[in-house]
Amino acid sequence: MAPQNTNSPPNGRTNGRSDGSPWNWLLLIPVVVPLLTFLYNRTEPRLAGIPFFYWLQLAFIVVGVVCTAIVYQMTKKKGS
Amino acid sequence: MSDHVPEITIFVVLFVLVSGMGFVASRWRRPETMASLDQWGLGGRSFGSWITWFLIGGDLYTAYTFVAVPALVFGAGATGFFAVPYTVIIYPMVMLVLIRLWSVSHVHGFVTPADFVRARFGSATLALLVAITGIVATMPYIALQLVGIQATLKAMGVNGHWPLIIAFAILAAYTYQSGLRAPALIAFVKDILIYAVILVAIFYIPARLGGWGHIFSAAQTKFASTPTPTDDLLLNKNNQLNYATLALGSALALFLYPHSATGVLASRNRNVIKRNMAALPAYSLLLGLIALIGFMAIAAGVKPLTSGGKADGNTIVPLLFDRIFPDWFTGVAFAAVGIGALVPAAIMSIAAANLFTRNIYKEYIHPEATDSEEAAVSKLASLVVKIGAVAVILLLDPQFSIDLQLIGGVIILQTLPAVGLGLLTRWFHRGGLIAGWVAGMSAGMWMLYQIPNPARGKDHFGGSAYDLHKLGFGTHMTVYVGLIAVALNLVVAFLATLALRAAKTPDGPDATRTDDYYADEGDPKIKELDLAAST
Repeated sequence: MAPQNTNSPPNGRTNGRSDGSPWNWLLLIPVVVPLLTFLYNRTEPRLAGIPFFYWLQLAFIVVGVVCTAIVYQMTKKKGS
Repeated sequence: MSDHVPEITIFVVLFVLVSGMGFVASRWRRPETMASLDQWGLGGRSFGSWITWFLIGGDLYTAYTFVAVPALVFGAGATGFFAVPYTVIIYPMVMLVLIRLWSVSHVHGFVTPADFVRARFGSATLALLVAITGIVATMPYIALQLVGIQATLKAMGVNGHWPLIIAFAILAAYTYQSGLRAPALIAFVKDILIYAVILVAIFYIPARLGGWGHIFSAAQTKFASTPTPTDDLLLNKNNQLNYATLALGSALALFLYPHSATGVLASRNRNVIKRNMAALPAYSLLLGLIALIGFMAIAAGVKPLTSGGKADGNTIVPLLFDRIFPDWFTGVAFAAVGIGALVPAAIMSIAAANLFTRNIYKEYIHPEATDSEEAAVSKLASLVVKIGAVAVILLLDPQFSIDLQLIGGVIILQTLPAVGLGLLTRWFHRGGLIAGWVAGMSAGMWMLYQIPNPARGKDHFGGSAYDLHKLGFGTHMTVYVGLIAVALNLVVAFLATLALRAAKTPDGPDATRTDDYYADEGDPKIKELDLAAST
């Protein structure tokens, strides 16, 4: 599902832009990791009384934010 | 009812306030004319980061979600928490794929996902299938927003149909007038209320109930005392695969729903979308915390209200708030849920109406329709859609909408090859995609029909977890129906494409070009040319 790369855009309309940046591979982490139930299907260690199953999955949200934020910073259109 | 007067007063005051905003919204960021789908249906495609954040947040995290997810956790424990991984994995996918829909729609003036399919695969039939799938999947979703309002009304002791009808009539009126600007403006109020309520709930309620440790041990005790094997604080060996496939399938489905596309297409440029993919997970955190309210309700000993002899799990969140919070704050919380229903209902009805207008009316009934005629038809269609939703809730068992919503997720997934993969590759043959759609749709329906729900005394359409044993596997592990169906869909689309190529069946022309998928704000647009050229 990796985006197609356009190295030589015709007529320069997409000059210097593509969504084929290698940084996009970072987005695989928040897509794949939350689906691996064996990573978090346990109770211990708890955090403030909350079982591992619940707080780790909430922590995945933060992982998702970090990955998307990095990709955004690395692929955003310059000058805006 | 008398002891709920403060709650009802605050609910009504806030409701009237946002309704006023809904009408004023037509003058907000005022365009020269509202008489086009770009303006009425997509807010001028001009929304910046903040508006987009509130709009998509209000769009994807619906009132029903806020009521139903904790109800699921209340009833089943860990399996209900799938909403969290589901909303984690959606954003990277939008960032990679849906952003291409924004670009290609920006260039070609597409309003709906079916418009894109029409131009990409040169097939009006395939576009019609995508449009009908979208409308059918969205209708029960709109109806479910009413279930969210109904749950809060019930908890305030307000029964009967009139309050619901009035609420939806007001919603219909301001959506008609202001289009997508109405939910965009109201979403600000809705979300501020929801964030306030949930942040208070998440700190205040556990403190009142003796801490998280106590809440989870109360839940553990409850699940251990029931005979059903599927409810627990953790997943068991049979439902782990279902948990993961349901999260993945729901995320894929969510991004294929037409109202998601509406939210994305209304943003101003690609950076706005990317920035939002990093910022929208704030809502996921909120949703995760809301899911935990289901456990709080167990610890607080909340018993769901019964209607017609059946327990209505959707009432547990309102009941918990009613029990724990002071009256005035309960009123705020209920208003948050009630208003929370209006935003997605408006966006969904606009999305469904746009599908009808662009891909049925303009394609088959009146191809010469002008921009202003399109807008007029869409406005009327949005009214029809809402009347339909109200009728479904009032005339049929609300459970019927919940079942339909379950089916909706499975069927909208069947547009994945045409819309989702179509954004990435033009490899599939239009005939192959149609064959895949038919196969996936039939298989999905057949599997859903076979799933019983003993707890609710149903033999069919009782859930979406399909027992692999039925397919001849030597295991009772369950998998989300939608994912099996879409896998079959892909296999059929793949094989049929090979067969059609071998038979040299003519394929449709592709009106889009590779660089259209990277276009950004300020790039030239090709208005209408492609739709005319690809007939």
